[in-house]
Amino acid sequence: MKNLQTVGYAALLLLGLVAPFAVYPVLLMKCLCFGLFACAFNLLLGYAGLLSFGHAAFLGMAGYICGYTVQSLGFPPELGILAGTATAGLLGLAIGFLAIRRSGIYFAMITLALAQIVYFFCLKAQFTGAEDGLQGVPRGHLFGVFDLSQPLTMYYTVLAIFVGGVWIIHRTVHSPFGQILKSIRDNEPRAISLGYDVDRFKLLAFVLSAALAGLAGATKTMVFQLASLTDVHWHQSGEVVLMTLLGGMGTIFGPVVGAIVLVLLQDWLTGFGSWVVVLTGLIFIICVLAFRRGILGELLALKARML
Amino acid sequence: MTEIFGIPIQAFAGQLLIGLQNGCFYAILSLGLAIIFGMLNIINFAHGALFMTGAFAAWYCTTSLGLSYWAALAVVPVVVGLFGILIERLLLQWLYKLDHLYGLLLTFGLALVIEGLFQHKFGSSGQSMSSPEALQGAVNLGFMFLPIYRGWVVGASIVLCIITWFMIERTRLGSYLRAGTENPRLVQSFGINVPLMITLTYGYGIALAAFAGVLAAPIIQVSPHMGANIIIVVFAVVVIGGMGSIMGSILTGLGLGLVEGLTKVFYPEASSTIVFVVMAIVLLIRPAGLFGKEK
Amino acid sequence: MKQFRPAVLAAALAGALVAAPALADVKLSDGVVRIGVLTDLSGLYADISGAGVVEAVKMAADDFMKENPGIKVEVISADHQNKADIASTKAREWIDTQKVDMLQDLVTSSVALAVVKVAAEKKRIAIVNGAATSRVSNEDCTPYSVHYTYDTIAMANGTGKYVVKNGGDSWYFLTADYAFGHSLEKDVSAVVTANGGKVVGSVRHPLNTSDFSSFLLQAQSSGAKIIGLANAGGDTINTIKAASEFGLLKSGKQKLAGLLMFITDVHALGLNATQGLYITSAFYWDLNDETRKWSARYFERMKREPSMVQAGNYSSTMHYLKAVKAAGTDDSDTVMKKMRETPVNDFFARNGVIRADGRMVHDMYLVQVKSPAESKKPWDYYNVVATIPGKDAYLPLEKSACPLVKK
Repeated sequence: MKNLQTVGYAALLLLGLVAPFAVYPVLLMKCLCFGLFACAFNLLLGYAGLLSFGHAAFLGMAGYICGYTVQSLGFPPELGILAGTATAGLLGLAIGFLAIRRSGIYFAMITLALAQIVYFFCLKAQFTGAEDGLQGVPRGHLFGVFDLSQPLTMYYTVLAIFVGGVWIIHRTVHSPFGQILKSIRDNEPRAISLGYDVDRFKLLAFVLSAALAGLAGATKTMVFQLASLTDVHWHQSGEVVLMTLLGGMGTIFGPVVGAIVLVLLQDWLTGFGSWVVVLTGLIFIICVLAFRRGILGELLALKARML
Repeated sequence: MTEIFGIPIQAFAGQLLIGLQNGCFYAILSLGLAIIFGMLNIINFAHGALFMTGAFAAWYCTTSLGLSYWAALAVVPVVVGLFGILIERLLLQWLYKLDHLYGLLLTFGLALVIEGLFQHKFGSSGQSMSSPEALQGAVNLGFMFLPIYRGWVVGASIVLCIITWFMIERTRLGSYLRAGTENPRLVQSFGINVPLMITLTYGYGIALAAFAGVLAAPIIQVSPHMGANIIIVVFAVVVIGGMGSIMGSILTGLGLGLVEGLTKVFYPEASSTIVFVVMAIVLLIRPAGLFGKEK
Repeated sequence: MKQFRPAVLAAALAGALVAAPALADVKLSDGVVRIGVLTDLSGLYADISGAGVVEAVKMAADDFMKENPGIKVEVISADHQNKADIASTKAREWIDTQKVDMLQDLVTSSVALAVVKVAAEKKRIAIVNGAATSRVSNEDCTPYSVHYTYDTIAMANGTGKYVVKNGGDSWYFLTADYAFGHSLEKDVSAVVTANGGKVVGSVRHPLNTSDFSSFLLQAQSSGAKIIGLANAGGDTINTIKAASEFGLLKSGKQKLAGLLMFITDVHALGLNATQGLYITSAFYWDLNDETRKWSARYFERMKREPSMVQAGNYSSTMHYLKAVKAAGTDDSDTVMKKMRETPVNDFFARNGVIRADGRMVHDMYLVQVKSPAESKKPWDYYNVVATIPGKDAYLPLEKSACPLVKK
C-alpha cells in the first residue's frame, strides 16, 4: 500500500514535470498557485474545522508585499516571496488571535469582517497602486542564477514551490500536531479535557495556513508580474472555499483538483459573458446539496466501496 | 452658535439623525439574521441579496406594474417572503442535520446566483426609484433640513422592530418560537409543528429583509451590488451584538448606525471600517458579543 | 511557445515603401486580421463597455469588410471579469495560439495596464478605450499602446476649466478615498485655481459607500457653488441620488459636477435626479448628423444609445483597420506608424491625433444634463455647453511622463 502511494506521488510529479509541454504554461502556473492556496485553506477547514471567510487577505497582501519589495526595494525573487509569506503569517497571527475567540459561524463572519479591513487598507495604501494595482513586477533571477523570464524556468520554480508547500501541509497533517487538530475539530471539549491548549493549536494552524496562502499569493505575483485588488476582495475568499468544497475538503489533493477545475472553468467561461457569477453560485449550491465530499472525496469513497 | 468639537450643534444633530436612519437598516437586517439563526442555525448569507431583491421588486412594482409605493410596501415583503419559503423548502431543509457551515456556504452560493441574475437582467448601474409623493419634500427642523422620507424610514423601521420584538417575546406564537430555538425536539413532542415553524420563521426573516429593501429603494440606487455592500457590515453588527436577544440585535444595529454617522463627520475616511474596528474591540473585551451568552 | 511571423518585418517595410498599395498587396501574417476584445461583460463596467463594445467592434469589422472584401477581419471577445490575471492570461493565449493582432477596449485600469504590458512584450497593438487611468499614456506607455477615448486628466481639465468659466468659481470636493479620487481632486483643484476659482474644502469618503447624505450635508454647509464629485461608478450614482433627495439641485444655489461620468449613469439615475449636472464627455450621440447616423445604426443592434466608450471602440477599430489597409500589412510597427501619421476624422473625432505617448488627442465636450421638461425623446439628455479643444483637455505632450517622448 505504502509503495502504491509512493508510485502514485511519483506519477503525479512526473505529470507536473511534463505538463508544460502539453498545456499552456501560464494557465498551469495559475492552477498551481490557486492549488496551493486552496490546500493552505483546507489545512484550516478540512483538518481544524475552522471556516475562514477572509483568506483572500493573506493571498492578496502577500502578493502586494512580494511585488513591492521586488519592484521598489530591489529584492531578488526568492527574498520577495519570503517577505510576502512572512507578512501573511504575521497578518494571520493578528487576525487569528481575534478570530479564534469564537468558533463556527462566528469565526467565518469575523474573518470576513477583518479581511474587509485589509481590503480597505490595500485600497488606500500608497504602495499598492489602488485600483491600478502593482504592474510590471520584474521576475528577475532566482538565486541570481535562474532567469525567471523564461516561461519554463518560471514554471519549474512554481512547481517546486507548490510541491514544497503541499509537502509541508502533508507533513503537518500527519504529525502529532495534525492529530491534535483533528481531535479538536471532532470534539473540542474532549481535547480541552485532555489538557490541550486548544486556542494555541488553533492559532498555530491559522498562522501556518495564512503563511502558506501568502506563499501562493507571492508566487502568483511573480507569475503574472502584477498584484491587484481582486486578490484581496471577499469574492476571492469565497472562491477558495468553493475550490476546497468542490475538490474535497479534508483530503490533501482534493483542493488542488477543485482549484484546477475552477481555474479552467473561469478561463473557459470568459467567452460566455455575464453567466460566470451565476454559474459559480450554482456550483456552490450543488456541491453543498449533493456533493459534499467533493470530487476527490467521492472518488476515494468509491474506491473504498470497491475494495 | 453652539458647537460640539468644532461642529455646529445643528449639523451635529442632523448627522446623528442620518446615522440613526442607516442604523435602522442594520437593525432590521440583523434582526432577520438573528431570528433565522435562532430557529434554523443558519447564517443567511443571501440576506443581502434578498434585501436587494426587495428593492428591485419595489422598483418593478412602481414603474412597470403601476402600483403605488404603499402597495409595493405591502406586497413586496409578502412575495419575497414566499420566495424565501420556497428556498427553505427546496434547499435549506436538507441541511439541518449537517454542520452549520453548510448553510452558510449554500446561502453564499444562492447570493451569487441571485446577484448574477439581476446583473444579467438589469445591468450594473442599476435603476432609480423616487420616493412616494406624499413623502417628498423636506421639513425644516430648525437644526436641519430633513427629507420627510428619511423620517418615515426611521419611524417605520422602529415600529416594525417593536412589532417583531413584541410578537416574539410577548405572544404565544413567539413563545413556541423561543422554545423551538431552545429545544426543538421537546416542542415537537408537545404537538407543535416545528418544521412549519422553521419555514415560517425563514419566510418572515426574508420578508423583513425585503421590507428594508423597499424602504431603501428611494434612498440608495437600486443596483445588483447594493446587498453585497451592506451584508458584510451587518455580519459585523451581528458579531458585536451576539444574536442572543431580539432587543440586543435591534439596539446594536441602531447604535452602530449612530457610531458610523459620527465617524462620517469626524473622520470620514474610516466610516466604512469603523464597524469592523468596533467588532475587534468587542471581541477582545467580550468575545460573546454585547448581548450574547457565553456557551 | 511558438513565435510567429519571423520574417514579416522585412516584408512589411518593403510593402510600406510602395505608395498606396492596392488591395491585393495587403499582406497579412495569416490571411486574417484578428481583433481580440477584452471587456467586462458581467461586472461593474458592463454598462459603459461590455456587450456594447463587442457589438461596436463587430460593426466596425463588418463595415470595413463591406468596403474591402479582400481583407478578412475576425473579432473574438472575452469577459475578463475585472481580474487582471485573467485578462493577461487571455491576452497571452490569444496572441500565442490564436494569432490575435490587436487588443481592444480593456476596461478598468488594472486590466488595461497589465494587458498593455503583455501586448508590448509580444509586439502587438493594444488600444485602451474603457479604462480611465492616465498612466496608460504616461509612466506605463509602450510603443504599441494607444489610449483612445478619454482619460482622467481630460475629464478633470474639461469640467474644471469650463465650469469655472461659466461662473462656478467656488468648489467643494466629495472625493473617493483612494489614489484615483485623490489624484482627480488634485488635478481639478489645480485647474480651478489656475482659472481664478477657489476650492473651499473637501470630504473624503470610503469606496462603496451607500448613503452619501452625511457627506452632502457637509458639502452643503460649505456654501460652495459647485460640488465636484471626484468618485466613480456606484459612488457617483448614490451621491447624486442623495443630492436630489436633499433638494440640493432644486435650490439652485449649488450645482454638481461629475468628474468621471457616463451617459449610462444619467440613464440609470433619470433626469429628475441629474438635471443641471455638468459632465465632460468625449462623445454624445445627438451632437450632429454624423453622430446621429452612426448611433442610429448602433441603436438598431443594441437597443440603447452608445456610451462614449462604445463609440470610441468603433472609431479606434476602424482607424486601425484603415491603417492596416494603408500600410499593406498587419505588422504592428508598420501599422502603428501609419496610425500615428493619419489623423482621425470620423463621427467620433475631428482631427484626432495619436501622439508619441499613445494618447489620442481629440476634442471633448462639456455638457449639462437637461431638465425633464427640456428632454423631448428617450436618451435626449445633454445640452452641449462648450467644445473643449483637445489641446486644452489632454495633458500636453511635453508634460507627459512617458519615456518614449523625446525631450
